[in-house]
Amino acid sequence: MVSGLINANPVVYEKKERRVRSALDYVDEYAVEPIDQQEVFDILSSSLILMPFILSCIKFEVPLSPCFDPEHPYSLEELKVITEDAIEVNDECSYVRVTFTPTVEHCSMATVIGLCLRVKLMRSLPSRYKVDIRVAPGTHATEAAVNKQLNDKERVAAALENPNLVDMVDECLAPTYG
Amino acid sequence: MAEPSQITQHIESFVDSSRSPNQQAASLEAIASLLKNNVLTIEKLVREMDLYLTTTDDVIRARGILLLGEVLTHLASKPLDDATVHSLIVFFTDRLVDWKALRGALVGCLALVRRKSSGGIVTANDAKAVARSYIQNLQVQLLAQHDRKLCFELLECLLQRYPNAVASLGEDLLYAVCEGIDGEKDPHCLMLTFHIVEVVARLFPDDLLANYAGELFEILGCYFPIHFTHPKSEDLDVKRDDLSRALMLAFSSTPLFEPSAIQLLLEKLSSSLPSAKVESLKYLSNCTLKYGVDRMAKHSEAIWSAIKDAIYTSHEPGLSFAPDSLDGLGFQESVFLSEALTLLETVLKQNDGILLSRIIDDENINLIFNTMTDYKNYKNIPLQSKLKLHAVGLILSVSAKSSTTSCNKILESFFPRLMDTLGLSVGNPSQNPLPDDKHVFADRHNHGALFLSIELLAAYRDQIAGSEEFLSESAPAHETCSLLLKNFSASLTKAFISTLATSTDDGTYDAVIYFGVKGLLVLSTFPGGFLIISKSIFENILLTFTSIITSEFNKTSLWKLALKALVHIGSFIDRCHDVEKALSYMDIVIEKIVSTASFHDFTLPLPLKLEAVSVIGASGPSYMLKTVQGLEEAICANLSEAYVHGNPKSAEVAVQLLECYSNKVLPWIDEAGGFEEVLLRFALNIWNPLENCSVFSPQVLENGLLDATMKAMKLAVGSCSVESQNIIIQRAYSVLSLRTSFPLKEPMSAIPVQLKGLKLTQERNTCYSRDVLIHSLFASVIIAVRPQVHIPNLRLVLCLFVTALLKGNVTAAQALGSIINKLGVKSTGTEIPSNCTLEEAVDIIFCTSSWSFNDTGLSRKHGGMNNESEMGFPNICRGGVVNNKLLQIHAITGLAWIGKGFLMRGHEKIKEITMIFLECLSSDEKTGSLLPEQDSSYDNPVHNVHLSVAKCAADAFQVVMGDSEDCLNRRFHATMRPLYKQRYYSMMMPILQSLIVESKSSSSRSMLHRAFAHIISDTPLIVILNDANKMIPVMLDGLSELSNDISDKESMYSLLLVLSGILTDKNGQEAVMECAHRIIDRLIGFIAYSHSTLVRETVIQCIAAMSRLPRMRSYKLRRQVLQAISKALDDPKRVVRLEAVKCWQAWGSIG
Repeated sequence: MVSGLINANPVVYEKKERRVRSALDYVDEYAVEPIDQQEVFDILSSSLILMPFILSCIKFEVPLSPCFDPEHPYSLEELKVITEDAIEVNDECSYVRVTFTPTVEHCSMATVIGLCLRVKLMRSLPSRYKVDIRVAPGTHATEAAVNKQLNDKERVAAALENPNLVDMVDECLAPTYG
Repeated sequence: MAEPSQITQHIESFVDSSRSPNQQAASLEAIASLLKNNVLTIEKLVREMDLYLTTTDDVIRARGILLLGEVLTHLASKPLDDATVHSLIVFFTDRLVDWKALRGALVGCLALVRRKSSGGIVTANDAKAVARSYIQNLQVQLLAQHDRKLCFELLECLLQRYPNAVASLGEDLLYAVCEGIDGEKDPHCLMLTFHIVEVVARLFPDDLLANYAGELFEILGCYFPIHFTHPKSEDLDVKRDDLSRALMLAFSSTPLFEPSAIQLLLEKLSSSLPSAKVESLKYLSNCTLKYGVDRMAKHSEAIWSAIKDAIYTSHEPGLSFAPDSLDGLGFQESVFLSEALTLLETVLKQNDGILLSRIIDDENINLIFNTMTDYKNYKNIPLQSKLKLHAVGLILSVSAKSSTTSCNKILESFFPRLMDTLGLSVGNPSQNPLPDDKHVFADRHNHGALFLSIELLAAYRDQIAGSEEFLSESAPAHETCSLLLKNFSASLTKAFISTLATSTDDGTYDAVIYFGVKGLLVLSTFPGGFLIISKSIFENILLTFTSIITSEFNKTSLWKLALKALVHIGSFIDRCHDVEKALSYMDIVIEKIVSTASFHDFTLPLPLKLEAVSVIGASGPSYMLKTVQGLEEAICANLSEAYVHGNPKSAEVAVQLLECYSNKVLPWIDEAGGFEEVLLRFALNIWNPLENCSVFSPQVLENGLLDATMKAMKLAVGSCSVESQNIIIQRAYSVLSLRTSFPLKEPMSAIPVQLKGLKLTQERNTCYSRDVLIHSLFASVIIAVRPQVHIPNLRLVLCLFVTALLKGNVTAAQALGSIINKLGVKSTGTEIPSNCTLEEAVDIIFCTSSWSFNDTGLSRKHGGMNNESEMGFPNICRGGVVNNKLLQIHAITGLAWIGKGFLMRGHEKIKEITMIFLECLSSDEKTGSLLPEQDSSYDNPVHNVHLSVAKCAADAFQVVMGDSEDCLNRRFHATMRPLYKQRYYSMMMPILQSLIVESKSSSSRSMLHRAFAHIISDTPLIVILNDANKMIPVMLDGLSELSNDISDKESMYSLLLVLSGILTDKNGQEAVMECAHRIIDRLIGFIAYSHSTLVRETVIQCIAAMSRLPRMRSYKLRRQVLQAISKALDDPKRVVRLEAVKCWQAWGSIG
């Protein structure tokens, strides 16, 4: 486990407004609402919470200060690791591409974050979808290697056979129902 | 005397550490009750326990002493003689030495020291001995948590109950306190220690305390700011806020803490922790008050700069210009900011001289004033400067509010400068050479200066509103201020008005509009009559607002703000009982608004008019009276226009007016109370247009006019008292007898129900006539009256309603239900007012055998001549009389409402009615057997008719069980027997279940399930939970049945809600576990139910709830569920997909 702080002082951004569900306006019962950018973003941002060990990569201002509340760590959205614009969805072609931005160039957890994103999408989107996860160009030192690793299905499958890794991913994906 | 052996047994069982805690507690109870009942004396007990108290075995001795201590705790209220108390306290004091058996000694001391004076208390000398022994023997911090807590409780109790005796111990005690509390970490103990410090500081003289103040504060200071590092689950009873408050009281307990405390607090203010900052400010306010002026004077500079920093750096998103912000400062205040302002106010109130001059000379504030030209246009001010401007506004406003002198000083030094910036001069602008031109004004507008002057004015207003002396008009202190304001008020008003004139409205809440409206609002709400703001200015402001309301309705935000401002002014006047201002307001605002409400001019759109009328009316009772009158006149005028000329436009207007009346005005009247004559007048006046018109155009009733009129009528009548309701019902009856074709004047013996010529066809049903209108209105009155009200000629009325009901008038049916429900209910002291008993009424409704039927419909037959009971009302329901299914459906619907009336009062008749419904439900069974080969054919007309009748009968259960808005509720004074729904549920369930099992044809089974769904979805969940194991299978079958028909999706949804209630409740778990497999099987089938998103969503939620079953059950289902859910991930609706994701997560994590 990484002990030092790779990014000791990340910028924390405000969360964007959520789509509000309006109970009153009657919508067509049979109309189809295609999966869109915002929906994928909601799936990712609502349930992907950085657990303490990932925090050693993307770190807080004051380590274990009294305002540190392990129940409310910042989510990937607040750290702008993923943004809505970085998600491409095409419902007709069943294709989604997520481009994420590690907070620092040499972030060693980039693959873990990428793996979490992939697993979350695999579990939350219909099986017809093809998922593509990428590191934003120019934001990581070993960009090509990370991209290759994340999109190699053999390697992903192998990673998910490693019980330690699966545990870690599951913990990251723990529901928040926020 | 109790048997010694028995006592020994109890003692033995308590002392024996191998016994269970329950046994020990029981024996303790037993001994205590023996003592309480005087079966045993303390002496005897002590003698009996002799060896247990003195043995050298530590464990037994500890238990023995603890037993004695606990027993004494139980005897807190039993009188004991002084000698006993003395010898006991001496014993326990002595035992404080014995650290191995300390717990019992502490409990015993505490129990004795806490004793009330009524039955033997510890003497001061003994208390002192306890304290001395405590000091000498106890090393508090070496003890375990519970013992520490006992120690602190003992010390606290000693300090509170024997202050003088304990204080005489002097430094020794102080030393012991310091030593005892140093390093304490447990929240419970901390609460006690903080309190101990507070008491000690109060108790000891300053010279003695001074030596220890430093040390005490050093111990206390470590805890600031309080924060919990433990998870929340522990220490639930001690909250962070409690601790923080206790510590604050300890901090401010003595001025001797001042040097170290203030320094610490100021230091923590610059910490990066938000909570620490807020706490520091809170503590500073509190300490400032307690430490006194002299001690705080030397810190004033440091505190002022701290406050300034706090206010400047609290990041605020800026002003909001929405209408809600008119009354506040327009800020979303953060805790931090508000604490800073409280501190500023506290300091100013305590010592205004020094701080005030600091504020006035402050360079940051002066910088803003000197560069005011930069703030010309609010939109163009950069964010940083905006924040600064707001901060200055806040500081000035709070300082001006804090006291009269500071208000004077602040206004004197800043107000003229603002006026200069705005280019306003002293005096009345009309006498001034200043050109009275809007464009010139517009150039002069400086938004920064406008903002600050509004803040100052508002602060001045609030200040004088709070001070008594101003209102007595003899305050010289205010002279400068009021003079200033008098001089500038006219030109300021003009400036604000011209600001409004220059505003452009793009629908957003704009600063310019806000400043204009807020400025005028502040000026018009100065207290003290026309002392400061002259009458002409006040009226000018009102005129401006009113003209905005009447003419500038297309500028939405301006219109809304102006309306809000008028409401504020109205309620302000009402609050101050300012007669002169009230007159002006009534003349200018109310008259004008009400006159627009007479609705002949159509410039202002009707919804806006209504909003203005209702909102402004609500600002005060006298205004409401006026507006209600206007509204009422308008309603009556439009109604008669609509009735007589059939003017559809008037009908439309009337509908909106009536809706405004019932939705906005009536709730206000209900809340305010005391407006009964208004309601009475309204309920009477509605009848006027009906009584006076001789011609009638029925087509106007089609667009909801009838419903709106009935609703307003019901609500108005429902809120009246019995007397008024009697008047209303008489009036209604007279119109009824005058204007309908119903033979009300005929004597009772010869009333046949006249239904000749009634053609029960589909078209006839939707057609309105005046009779329908009058009957429905009369029925609405009946629905809303109280049980004590006398209904004239009840027999006839009943017959009338039965007739109307058979024609398909549902309101008549509801009225019948209401009559049945309320009839003959005795209220204390009054006799049954109606001339007809419940039994008679039932006879009239059910056994009116005076109808006979021929092919054209119903025709008359004389009552009494024909005694065949099958001619009665119930038989129409069964369809046994005439082959007219529409009539049958009307009868069933009507019967449902009547049944509801019976059910709610707990009358037996409901059984009979239910049986009729059940017969109708399964009538298909009979025809099914008659026409076996046609059973499945849906084209068969006979089958279709049966189906619709059966459906109607099933829906009747919804009427019977459901809560209705329209009638038979608390608003309309229904008689409600407690738990009537439960009774009906337990009566119906066995019957329905057996019927479902027996039913042969599919259609009747589906109808039975429908009825079942209606009943179960209106029953309180807690009842269903009791026999969930029986209900769940039936519910599942019902869901499958209901899913076959699209029209049943609502019932399906409500049934699913009940199921999800069972699934999520703890008491339902067992039943759910038994048939988990079946539930999942069925629910998975509904995931693809394409007709309702809500059903799919709820189904998935139910499945997700089942993931909480014990792993043994759920694991087997996991694969099946995940497979089904993965299909739902591709659902056409987004909400369903989101639920599916959550459900997948819940089930996925089981593995």
